[in-house]
Amino acid sequence: MLSFIRKRAIASLISLVGLIVLVFFLSRLTGDPAALFLPVEASAELKQQFRELHGLNDPLMVQFANYVGDVVTGDFGESLRKARPALDVVLEAFVWTLWLAAITMSLVTGAAILVGSLAAFRAGGFFDRFSSIVSLIGASVPDFWLAIVAIVVFSVNLAWLPTSGTGSIWHWILPICVLFVRPFGIIVQIVRGSMIGALSSAYVKTARAKGVKSGPIIFIHALRNAMLPIITVIGDQAASLLNGAVIVETIFGFPGVGKLMIDSILQRDFNVVLAAILVTALAIFLMNLLIDMAYALLDPRIRH
Amino acid sequence: MTLQTIDAPLSEEPSFIVRMGRMLCADKFALCAAIFLLIILLLAIIGPHWLGDLATKQNLRGRNAAPFDWERGWVWWMGADALGRPLLARIVVATQNTLMVAAGAVAISSITGTLLGLIAGFSSPRVNQIIMRLADVIMSFPSLLIAVIVLYVLGASILNLMLVLAITRIPVYLRTTRAEVLEIRERMFVQAARVMGASSKRILFRHILPVVLPTLTTLATLDFAYVMLAESALSFLGIGIQPPEITWGLMIAQGRQYLQNAWWLSFWPGLAIILTTMSLNLLSNWMRIALDPVQRWRLEMKGRKNG
Amino acid sequence: MADHLLEVRNLSVEFHTAVGVVKAVRDISYYLDRGETLAILGESGSGKSVSSSAIMNLIDMPPGRISGGQILLDGVDLLTMPAQARREVNGRRIAMIFQDPLSHLNPVYTVGWQIREALTAHGTNGAKAQAEALRLMGRVGIPDPERSLDKYPHEFSGGQRQRVMIAMALALRPDLLIADEPTTALDVTVQAEVLALLEELQQETGMAILIITHDLGVVAEVADRVVVMEKGQLVESGTVRDVYRNPQHPYTRKLIAAAPGKGEMHAPLPRVEPVLQVRDARKTYGAFDALKGVSFDLMPGETLAVVGESGSGKSTLARILLRLDEPTSGSALWKGRDLFQMGAAELYKLRRDLQMVFQDPTQSLNPRMTVYQLVSEAWVIHPDILPKAKWRARVAELLVQVGLGPEHMGRYPHQFSGGQRQRIAIARALALEPKLIICDEAVSALDVSVQAQVIALLDNLRKTMGIAFIFIAHDLPVVRDFADHVMVMQNGKVVELGTVREVFETPREAYTQALLAAGLNPDPDVQAAHRAARLQRA
Repeated sequence: MLSFIRKRAIASLISLVGLIVLVFFLSRLTGDPAALFLPVEASAELKQQFRELHGLNDPLMVQFANYVGDVVTGDFGESLRKARPALDVVLEAFVWTLWLAAITMSLVTGAAILVGSLAAFRAGGFFDRFSSIVSLIGASVPDFWLAIVAIVVFSVNLAWLPTSGTGSIWHWILPICVLFVRPFGIIVQIVRGSMIGALSSAYVKTARAKGVKSGPIIFIHALRNAMLPIITVIGDQAASLLNGAVIVETIFGFPGVGKLMIDSILQRDFNVVLAAILVTALAIFLMNLLIDMAYALLDPRIRH
Repeated sequence: MTLQTIDAPLSEEPSFIVRMGRMLCADKFALCAAIFLLIILLLAIIGPHWLGDLATKQNLRGRNAAPFDWERGWVWWMGADALGRPLLARIVVATQNTLMVAAGAVAISSITGTLLGLIAGFSSPRVNQIIMRLADVIMSFPSLLIAVIVLYVLGASILNLMLVLAITRIPVYLRTTRAEVLEIRERMFVQAARVMGASSKRILFRHILPVVLPTLTTLATLDFAYVMLAESALSFLGIGIQPPEITWGLMIAQGRQYLQNAWWLSFWPGLAIILTTMSLNLLSNWMRIALDPVQRWRLEMKGRKNG
Repeated sequence: MADHLLEVRNLSVEFHTAVGVVKAVRDISYYLDRGETLAILGESGSGKSVSSSAIMNLIDMPPGRISGGQILLDGVDLLTMPAQARREVNGRRIAMIFQDPLSHLNPVYTVGWQIREALTAHGTNGAKAQAEALRLMGRVGIPDPERSLDKYPHEFSGGQRQRVMIAMALALRPDLLIADEPTTALDVTVQAEVLALLEELQQETGMAILIITHDLGVVAEVADRVVVMEKGQLVESGTVRDVYRNPQHPYTRKLIAAAPGKGEMHAPLPRVEPVLQVRDARKTYGAFDALKGVSFDLMPGETLAVVGESGSGKSTLARILLRLDEPTSGSALWKGRDLFQMGAAELYKLRRDLQMVFQDPTQSLNPRMTVYQLVSEAWVIHPDILPKAKWRARVAELLVQVGLGPEHMGRYPHQFSGGQRQRIAIARALALEPKLIICDEAVSALDVSVQAQVIALLDNLRKTMGIAFIFIAHDLPVVRDFADHVMVMQNGKVVELGTVREVFETPREAYTQALLAAGLNPDPDVQAAHRAARLQRA
């Protein structure tokens, strides 16, 4: 078990290093940073000054070494707009996003597993057909469209819920509901497919021959075996929530990492942008590692 | 034995296309989806030539004209936008860009991903490891964030949009292909081909790829929907397609500020996206069964019962 | 009318499938008394497992449907029972064990948990279930039962897994145990142990056993009475001895006649220049020695049978001879050249001489290629054998040679039966006109009657075309009528190598003797004698 986790952790670490390298080259090779970081109207001297200050005239390898040093010490420079360390700004926003993603994913996971399992148990029945249509529509709706429609209906016309901000618990309802829809639709489909496979397997036959009740057969015997592909999708969806909440955050004025990114790009605050990318990437890495551990916990064959 | 007996009753199995057609008829939902997608495809091809002028001609008296006005021509049935341009015509014209970006991205990512997956699954452990780590890196990239930056830096052209979306989707095909190759190459019929002396190239392209292909087709169909949603999201944010070009996502964004008094501006293009992605999802579900020789009977049986 | 423990009356079950409604069993009736063992004998597709699934309420409806009949347990019809009461019967009154214990045990829970569940599902409390599980594990002969309870199914051997299944089934001392092909996937020596365990437990608890099998030997060993099924119908029933000695139905006669091991044994061929000389072949996987130095000679046109249980290294031998795996050391001279040393170009030429027929034709034929494509692929790979214009005619010729017809050329493998598929695989091997064909368990996935036909085909090819065969099998009787020489392997080593007559009639080594003794004879009298002898030894 331990050696499995160690192996996965090392593999992830290699990927993380690759990511850090890639971010550097993305930021250096996609254009002149001076042109990017400074306002469009900046003069040539100002640009030259900027290059001197940030060591942009040094050889690429020296720049890279400096950059790696900065990343390792968590120094991403100052946020140009907020005059605070970029990392602090990002972490502050990240907490919001993390909460949003965590609450949404818990709700999605619970609901999708319940609905998908029950649909699989009576595959072809009324509930199965109903949930198939619901999940199909859910998986097909663009979230930004849903967000603006929801605002019109619930905030503007019915005036039940606030349109944006984070003041009270009411502010969370619309973003969570909107973010809920697509992952729910996708995961229900996966749960259903995986559970149909598990429920038709030989060990379920054995359980039925033992006289085990339907409840434990679905949720103890079949579900744990069906969990591996489900967990993979949950991981993918959680990752896309961590970085994909951009739009919903922007629309609802939710102060998360996504909104911060868009704002920073528009304000040319690139230190914050870089920090935001690396922090999000690190979070996704840690989550993938958690997913790998969940595999090992669920399936004893992987542990060996 | 004469040659006649050899060629006589070769097979009672109908051709591939006939079979697929029959199975499509057996699944009414998938049939509707396929017909809908065909229409969309047709519109994408002829749309800009056909309605291009109508869609760009401003008509300030008809600003935000309401839908369901049956008195006027059919292009006005969905109402008009803030500049008085008929929405239906604009949706038809936007089909081309919307589909082109998605199709391009899916084509690039599926071909690259599949090739890399074949290589990873069939070469030495070290090459395999390198390719897989690369996929991991891309997978853990906050892809939408990266897309935002790259498009901002490089400028938002249709080609850039395609490339950015393609890169983020490569790992999906890569992982699927590799996993399947690793499994299939241990199968007995691959071993049998090796015993006959078949080259690696032959084994890869004649024995392994045809078995993986249905899975990949199903995946690509599903991914088409995903990429379409991603594109519309980027366009919605204003960093995807730029006006005067239009896509459905951009149309939603343009209608956003008039949402309270002219809901139809954002509603119709949204509906177009939903219907198209739903059709793609339905078709992909159907393919999963129709292209699987083990599950195919379900559809064939249904078709027989209905017929 | 509650005389019998179990009575199946006029049961009919049908399934809705792609080809329409299939009547899996039609109007079958049989009964079973306490303490008695009834065997249902049949080949694949006979519907032999369907009635037991109906008894256990394991038929998925739809696509299945019980279209008529009754299943009486102590006079009460199981088919009309309320669901709750019906569930209580499973595990408590009737229990079941299956063919493939690995897939029938839940891979993600410990075996202890699974045995306990059999008890707790019917109301036993946790502590008592734990104690009982421990006792059961010991009773079925699992070593170190305490620690084994916390192990997962994949950590046991095949025979041990079946013992765990038995422990689980017998947890509540059911009145009836249904055993569906319980020993089919097991080695012969393990099979004998498991069957002996079942008999012991039957004597202890007085339960009735319903055993479903395709193997006449198993019937002869354990059953009191037998019913024979063919294509969903019950064609014959009676005591085991009566049915064997005096079969009434032509199908039963055919089945008994097809049982291997009764024909004339081959006389040894004169020793000439060997076509293949293997010397000290070794193969290690990491720290595991799969082959520990194997040597033998093979004459042209000779059949060498390689027999051994799982883990004996027999399949590894086949794989390194074909260079599907790289040998660790040793040599194998083919026409004077060491094929272990050959490079890619030479190996490519060698492929024409050396071919293989795999165990499971369902898997060894590419499902997306037609028969024509499958057979002619050989000439695509080796274009100098035959000009393309002649391919169709030659494929037709080969198909006729293996007992199929030219009209089969355009079809896909899934449209054929198992035996026909193996014929296609043989035709494919013949397309290269090889000098040696290695058959890896080539008939063990086939029904007995089909097995006999395929072996006859191979023997005929040997005679008419002078092809040499290395015939790998786990089962001794199968090779008896076919082999010239027999090589017995165990744990990667050759235990005994001799002519077929020597090995079968005067085996020198204890392991060969044990293998022969563990093999089950279809004749109940012979088998009874074997058993008596075995008990005497024990």
